[in-house]
Amino acid sequence: MSVPFLKLKDINKSFGSTQVLTDISLEVKPGEVLCLLGDNGAGKSTLIKVLSGFHEPTSGSMEVEGEPVRFRSPRDASDRGIATVHQFGGTFPLMSIGRSFFVGAEPVKGWGPFHRFDHKFAGEVAVREMQGLGITRITDGNRLVGGLSGGERQALAIGRAVYFGAKLLILDEPTAALGVKEATHVLRIIMQARQKGLAVILVTHNVTHAMKVGDHFAVLIHGALAADFRKGERTREEITDLMAGGEAMAELEAEIAAYESAHDGHAPDPEELEKMLHQK
Amino acid sequence: MAVKTAPGSPEVSANPPRTTPASANSVATLIRRPESGALIGTLAVFVFFGMFGGEQFLSPGGSASWLNVAAELGIVAIPVGLLMIAGELDLSVGSIIASSSMTLAIVSGYWGAPTAVGILAALMLGLLTGFINGLLATRTKVPSFVVTLATNFGLAGATLGFSRVITGTTSVGVQPESWAKSLFGTLVADQFEVAIFWWIAVIVIVGWLLHISRYGNWILAVGGDTISARATGIPVQKVKIGLFMGSGLGAALIGVIQTILYNGAQVANGQAFVFNSIIAVVVGGVLLTGGYGSVVGVVLGTLTFAIVSQGIYYTGWNSDWAALILGVLLLVAVLMNNTFRKMALSSATPKKKA
Repeated sequence: MSVPFLKLKDINKSFGSTQVLTDISLEVKPGEVLCLLGDNGAGKSTLIKVLSGFHEPTSGSMEVEGEPVRFRSPRDASDRGIATVHQFGGTFPLMSIGRSFFVGAEPVKGWGPFHRFDHKFAGEVAVREMQGLGITRITDGNRLVGGLSGGERQALAIGRAVYFGAKLLILDEPTAALGVKEATHVLRIIMQARQKGLAVILVTHNVTHAMKVGDHFAVLIHGALAADFRKGERTREEITDLMAGGEAMAELEAEIAAYESAHDGHAPDPEELEKMLHQK
Repeated sequence: MAVKTAPGSPEVSANPPRTTPASANSVATLIRRPESGALIGTLAVFVFFGMFGGEQFLSPGGSASWLNVAAELGIVAIPVGLLMIAGELDLSVGSIIASSSMTLAIVSGYWGAPTAVGILAALMLGLLTGFINGLLATRTKVPSFVVTLATNFGLAGATLGFSRVITGTTSVGVQPESWAKSLFGTLVADQFEVAIFWWIAVIVIVGWLLHISRYGNWILAVGGDTISARATGIPVQKVKIGLFMGSGLGAALIGVIQTILYNGAQVANGQAFVFNSIIAVVVGGVLLTGGYGSVVGVVLGTLTFAIVSQGIYYTGWNSDWAALILGVLLLVAVLMNNTFRKMALSSATPKKKA
C-alpha cells in the first residue's frame, strides 16, 4: 500500500462557540479520487478551507506524504502541492487566458528591473495545457476568460494546477453549474488527473457524478464524518439517504407507510405530504 | 455553450497548440478592444469642438489650453486609474494636492528653506497620506471610498488649520529656485506647460508597470478577484498599499507643479481633481469595480475631459454648459464601454476547424 498523500487525524474546527468540524479523520492516496459528499451546511467548505490553508484547524493533525504539516496560509498549502479549484474556476473574467493561467507566477523575460511579462509564452502554455485536457475550441491565449464556458474555466484552472506541479487537486463543486455534456467532460478530466497519479478530492452533492469517478467516499453530516467507504460498498440510494440525513428520510418513509395503512392504502395527497414535511 | 471534445480520449487530442497569427483578425481584435469606446469618444469631442470652436481651437494656443489641462489631470488620473483597476478608489487626491502645495510653499517660501527640501517634503506628504489610506483600507476592510473620503476631509482641515497657525493666512507665496522653475513650472514655447512631459513620463512608467511588467498581472488579479489573487500567493495588501502611495505621489506632484508654476499655494487648491480624475478614468474604460482597464484608455479619457472642458470656451457659448456636456458624456461613455467590454467577452472569434 502506498503512503497516503494527505492524512487528517481528528481535525476539529470551531468558530467562536460554533463547532463546525468534529473529529475528521481522512486520507487520500496518489492516483485516488476521494469524494466528499454532504448536504449544504454539512461543513464541506470549511473542511476544504482547512485543507487549502485558509483556516487553521482548532485541533488535530495533518500529514502530507507522511510529514506532519501546519498550513498558516494558502501559500503553505500550495507549496506542498495542494491546489484548490473553486466552483467557477477561481479565475478572472476580464483577464486574458494567458495572464490568468500564470497569475502569481508570471513568466518573465529580460533582466532586472526591465523584465517583461512574457505574453507569448503564457498564452501558448495556457492553450497547450487546455488542449491537453480536451478543450480544442480555444486556440488563442489572448481571449478573455469571461468568454469561456463553465467547463472550459474548470479545465483552465485544473490545467493551471497540474502545470504548477499540484499533487492534490481539491475540486469544489466543479460540476454544479454545468450542463450534462460539460459536466461529463470535467469528470473525464478528473479521471485523467487520477491516471497521472494525482490525488483528487472531489467535493459535490451530486451522487451520480461522485459514483462515476470516486474510489473512496466520505459523507459529512453536521460537521462529522457519517460514513467512510470504498467504491462498490454502498448503493446510490444508501448514499443519497445518508446525505439527506439518513434517519430523517427513514422517518418520513415510516410516516407515509403509517398514513397509507390508516387510509386503506391511499398515498397521502400533496397537501398532506407537505404537512408531514413541515413537521420535521 | 458546448465544449467540443475531440474523438477518443482527451489525451489523444493533445496536439501542438495552433496559435492564430496576431495579424489575422487585427481589425476585429481592434474593435473588440474595450478602449475602442474611449477612442471614439475622444475623436468625437475633438471633431465636435474642431467644427464649432473654429480655427482658434485648432491653433497651437487652443491645443495648449486643453493639453495643459489634460497633463495636470492625467498625472493624477493615471495612478488613480491604476488603483481603481485594483478595485479601490482614492477620493483624497484633492486634499493631497492642497496640502502638498501648502507644504512646499510654507517650507520653501515662508521658512525660506531650499526649494528641493520643500519639494521633497511635499512629495513625502503625498506618499505618507497614500500609505495611511492603504493601511486603513486593507487592515480595517472599511471601503476605500469611505476611508479616502475621510482622509480628504481630514487633510483639508489639517491643511487649513496648520496654515493659519503657522503663517496666519490661507495663501502663501514662494519664489522657487530657477532649476525647479524650469523643471516643474515653465511654459514651453510660451504656451505648453512642462507638466506635459511629466505626464508623458507617468504614462510610460505606469504603462510599463501595468502592461509589460509582471506586476500588472498582480494588479489586474487583485482587482478581478481579491480572494483568488491571495490564494495564488500575491501579496494583496502590499500591492494595494503601494498603489495608494502611487496615487498620493501623483497628486503631490501636481501640488508641486502648480505651486511652482503659480509661485504660490492656496489651501483650497485641487478639490476639482477628485471627481475629474474619476471621470477621466471611467470615461477611459476602467471598470469602477476593478479588474479591468488600460493606461491608453485613461489617457483617452483624460483627453476627452480636457477637450470638453476647454473646447467650450472656443465655441462662444456660455461655459456653463461644459459640465452638462461632461455629465452626458460620462454616461454615454460608460454605456459604450460596457458594450465594448461585452463584445470583448463574447466568443465571437471565428472557429477554426482542426
